[in-house]
Amino acid sequence: MSEILRCENLTKRFGQTIALDGLSLLVGSGKIIGLLGPNGAGKTTLIKIACGLLTPTSGNVYIEGEKPGVRSKSIVSYLPDVEHLYHWMTVEQIVLMFRDFYEDFRPDLAYEMLARLGIDRKARLKTLSKGNKEKMSLILVMSRNAKLYVLDEPIAGVDPATRDYIISTILNNYNPDSSVLISTHLISDIETVLDEVIFIKDGRTVLHGSVDWIRQQYGKSVDELFREVFAW
Amino acid sequence: MGWNLDKKRPLCPQICEQICVLIAKGELKPGERLMSVRDVAVSASVNPNTVQKSFEQLEQRGVIYSKRGSGWYVSETETTAEGVRGELIRSKTAAYIRDMMALGLSKEDIQKYVKEFNHE
Repeated sequence: MSEILRCENLTKRFGQTIALDGLSLLVGSGKIIGLLGPNGAGKTTLIKIACGLLTPTSGNVYIEGEKPGVRSKSIVSYLPDVEHLYHWMTVEQIVLMFRDFYEDFRPDLAYEMLARLGIDRKARLKTLSKGNKEKMSLILVMSRNAKLYVLDEPIAGVDPATRDYIISTILNNYNPDSSVLISTHLISDIETVLDEVIFIKDGRTVLHGSVDWIRQQYGKSVDELFREVFAW
Repeated sequence: MGWNLDKKRPLCPQICEQICVLIAKGELKPGERLMSVRDVAVSASVNPNTVQKSFEQLEQRGVIYSKRGSGWYVSETETTAEGVRGELIRSKTAAYIRDMMALGLSKEDIQKYVKEFNHE
């Protein structure tokens, strides 16, 4: 197992607000990891720092040993938690844009998955349903041959069948040498596909362990443990 | 196939057990090829590493074996299915007896309940 993502003592302040408070963690290759925490815990801030979209106030982050930059962006495939594609573009234009942006993008794979869903290449994004937009965003992200996939809330706000589709698309397409970091608070839907979980709270890691170890140690599902750790 | 996994317990032993049940029932025959790790992972919505670990544990027990580059097969030893079935029966019986004893029943009580139990 080699190291893909390392965070050392990461702190991020937005004015008076402390989003990350000395967070450290290490993510190895070949794993699916859940980044779990209540709203406001710092999940998205951490993800944006790892993707090079924010710079930390202090502390370090390394992707395969290097600070976020041009190279890290070429090996990290990121799914934002908000709609990020231009709604006026057609499906085909978006696929071509991804092909131009990312060397590791496989347009054939993306088209194949889109065709299986019956999504027309010529359709404009704004004509797609919410579920199909979510699926399309995920297909684009999973069609890259990345080292690290970072999925911010991929299953929020979709119906159970779409959720199953998203989970099987992740399992079918991630490369066993790469890792997938999934942030969510819908734990019970996703916990069986995880290797490890990282619980974060108030900008710090409070628990990081393998999922089967947690079940053995606590005799609880990850969802139940989460409710306990974050009880208010 | 339908997988029935309890999220409160480690998944690995549960996957092993459910494959053993298929072998014991004869739904997976000696020498038959198993689903691939990824297929099991997708159909059960389970992490591929967990499935891989389960297969490796079954291999250690001699229940299945791997052929390089071609996947996993049910062991062809004649006694495998029988052995797996016997093990399952023993462990399920032990678990039942443990639960009943926890309720304060004696062995005789348990036997009485089992005998009188109407299978409807």
